[in-house]
Amino acid sequence: MTQASPRYETRVHDVLVIGAGGAGLRAAIEAAAAGSSVGLVGKSLLGKAHTVMAEGGVAAALANVAEDDSWQTHFRDTMVGGKMLNNWRMAQLHAQEAPDRVRELERWGAVFDRTRDGRILQRPFGGHTYPRLAHVGDRTGLEMIRTLQDRTVQSGVTVYMECTTTHLLTDDDRVTGAFGYWRQTGDPIAFSAKAVILATGGIGRSWQVTSNSWEYSGDGHALAYRAGAELIDMEFVQFHPTGMVWPPGVRGLLVTEAVRGEGGILRNRDEDRFMWKYLPDDRRHEYAETDEEASRWVEALREGRATDARQPPELSTRDNVSRAIYTEVREGRGSAHGGVFLDISYLPADLVRRKLPSMYDQFKELAAVDITAGPMEVGPTCHYMMGGVRVNADTAASTRVGLYAAGEVAGGMHGANRLGGNSLSDLLVFGRRAGAAAAAFAAEAPPVGDVDQEQLRRAEEELAAPFDRPGGEDPYRLHADLQAVMQSLVGIFRTGSDLEVALERLAGLRARWAQVRVVGSPAYNPGWNLYFELQNMLVCSEAVARSALQRTESRGAHARLDHPGLDPEWGKRNSTVSLDGEAMRVIAKPLPELPDELRRLITT
Amino acid sequence: MPYARVIAFRHFQVYRGGPEDEGEFVEYSVPVEEGMVVLDALHWIQAHDAPDLAVRWNCKAAKCGSCSAEVNGMPRLTCKTRISDLPAGAPIRVEPMRTFPLVKDLVTDVSWNYEVNNRIEPFSPPADAPEEAWRWQQEDIERVQEFRKCIECFLCQDICHVLRNHETKNPFLGPRYLVRVAGLDMHPMDQADRTRYLKDEGNVGYCNITKCCTEVCPEHIKITDNAIIPLKERVADSYYDPVQAAWRLVTGSRPRDTRRPAGEDR
Repeated sequence: MTQASPRYETRVHDVLVIGAGGAGLRAAIEAAAAGSSVGLVGKSLLGKAHTVMAEGGVAAALANVAEDDSWQTHFRDTMVGGKMLNNWRMAQLHAQEAPDRVRELERWGAVFDRTRDGRILQRPFGGHTYPRLAHVGDRTGLEMIRTLQDRTVQSGVTVYMECTTTHLLTDDDRVTGAFGYWRQTGDPIAFSAKAVILATGGIGRSWQVTSNSWEYSGDGHALAYRAGAELIDMEFVQFHPTGMVWPPGVRGLLVTEAVRGEGGILRNRDEDRFMWKYLPDDRRHEYAETDEEASRWVEALREGRATDARQPPELSTRDNVSRAIYTEVREGRGSAHGGVFLDISYLPADLVRRKLPSMYDQFKELAAVDITAGPMEVGPTCHYMMGGVRVNADTAASTRVGLYAAGEVAGGMHGANRLGGNSLSDLLVFGRRAGAAAAAFAAEAPPVGDVDQEQLRRAEEELAAPFDRPGGEDPYRLHADLQAVMQSLVGIFRTGSDLEVALERLAGLRARWAQVRVVGSPAYNPGWNLYFELQNMLVCSEAVARSALQRTESRGAHARLDHPGLDPEWGKRNSTVSLDGEAMRVIAKPLPELPDELRRLITT
Repeated sequence: MPYARVIAFRHFQVYRGGPEDEGEFVEYSVPVEEGMVVLDALHWIQAHDAPDLAVRWNCKAAKCGSCSAEVNGMPRLTCKTRISDLPAGAPIRVEPMRTFPLVKDLVTDVSWNYEVNNRIEPFSPPADAPEEAWRWQQEDIERVQEFRKCIECFLCQDICHVLRNHETKNPFLGPRYLVRVAGLDMHPMDQADRTRYLKDEGNVGYCNITKCCTEVCPEHIKITDNAIIPLKERVADSYYDPVQAAWRLVTGSRPRDTRRPAGEDR
């Protein structure tokens, strides 16, 4: 597939997928199945993408544990959890198709935990009416990525490992390929493609306390933005309620919601089970009223039988539990290390080890804490980006011809707050749809012309620039300063004045970015890699801050201390972000109207 | 936000160099906080002393298997090697995995492993199995799930003396891929027969059961006892059992698949 090129290694594919996590793999499998020549580019080794860290499970209304479950209920839960800001069509397709996507994984070799009658077991999670998350202990993401990875390789997809994409190539009408470099050598590489699918994940590396790895620098968000595509909902950043807080080296590391799904109890320093206080009034009826009722629910879950007891208050939605923990700590009721206590040790030790094996190991080996004997210390950690590339629900097409997006980099599916388990199902459902639509587009589209050497030359100059600067900024320090700004000014609770200060500081950081100096050679140089990623992080951070400033209300993961309530007018609008000349343009656009038959599902 | 107290400075000796250079161990002094792991120290070195220090890592939670290296001569995930567990008073020596070709500093070229994986016959369920055949009891899949815990850190491949000391990489799969074959073979629905492959191409016979792989596995998979030995027994049963060999001679049949066929009562 190599095409002669005067200066650059150039690969030609019908469909190029950027990002090799769950969404990218699922997209590549589908595009290859449709007969496309597919290239899959990832920044890491195959099988190491962020999906591998997903723990608790994949949400799908299989109705194996609760026979009353249905796509309609899953749809309702997703919309309610997203505070009705979701793209309704995405939420509908997701709820309808997730069960088939999970069963399909099983046919491809995934081995989920079983119910007593031998079917795929499902566990409860926050905001889900029924036990709905298919899982493998607490390492569901590993099972999914390994299954998809093997299927991808067997599908004849060409995989480019440890390859960073820095630019999308475009002509007037469409996206025509991509440019980047091999991390191991630093050598440039160009891709010519009729369709490009972004599956690059999230942006969480811009915060200090984060569950996200170095890969999550918003590359796809920024590539799409620079190529002229529109982003939406960028103010909605999910802080997961439970990250580790101690020791310092693991601060932010995820503690799966499955701990609460299996009965974990949150308490503050005074032993107070504080979540009772924080249940929103309009949802209180869905939760237990007393410790005794919550205990009965946990017991029934353990024994795999039905119960009339309602779920514990810890299973409120993530946005709410995060704010509760943050408030407890801020008001002086936190633990010594600035968290609260999460306790599962009242359950039998062997059960805890069987249901939560990697949490058991993680705390034992990294924090010297035995979670079967005592509580964990936990606090909120930046976890997931609800906002992203605006896409067509059915095709995952962006607003730019030839450019698609699936998984975390796409916006709309989760509205103002994502439910746990809905990201793994999202990436399967929309990864598949993106792969199919991109392959269909590539089959019909006229060929892209020769790769534009002028664009490549400019891109390569940008790659080389930081090596030639005499003095200048250290990329690691700039990254630390960016994280400090986002953590302190664009966190769980926001105010208009904080956001304005953040935007000023971000402008200063952008100016410093242009002065970054890189030392060493281009071969496997993390300082150089960080340089490009910082450019993307700065775009995403600005988009978050601007969108958050514009939305003068509190909804889901976006909480404004100066605008504490829901505003029905803002409930009808998405924030959109696009490039206007050199400047970032943020405006509100109307939300797609929810059809009556679906509205009835939510109100009944 | 509370900050940890720096407990002490520790000396690190980190391998620096590429495949073409004369590599060397470079000394770094790193302030150590409570709970710090070796990967934290490497990040500190990048941010303060050596911005181009090559380190491969992703999750920092022992879930992705990227940050494998040799710490004081032992194959380890640097993200779960606590500095306080290493002998005080002595420098901490960090070097790349020796079994694989060097890319730069602590990063090695592990692509050979992916090539081995691609040669293994994939999961092969019957196309027409009824829905009920896809119902399994938890007990029936626990061993398969143990094998599927593998995070592909390749530490077992690194320590395996067959791969480490000899230029025999191509003929021998190595422990990681014996675990993978075992996971496929013991899957309740798989129907492929990988016995001939194991014997002739994978060369399972090269393993002489020193269990070094099991000792370094960060996922605590019992690689030797639960995966390799049963595979060796299968090959032996199929190819070296005299009764079966005589039977094959008489009947002209091929070595039988020693597993229960999918759908059989279990």
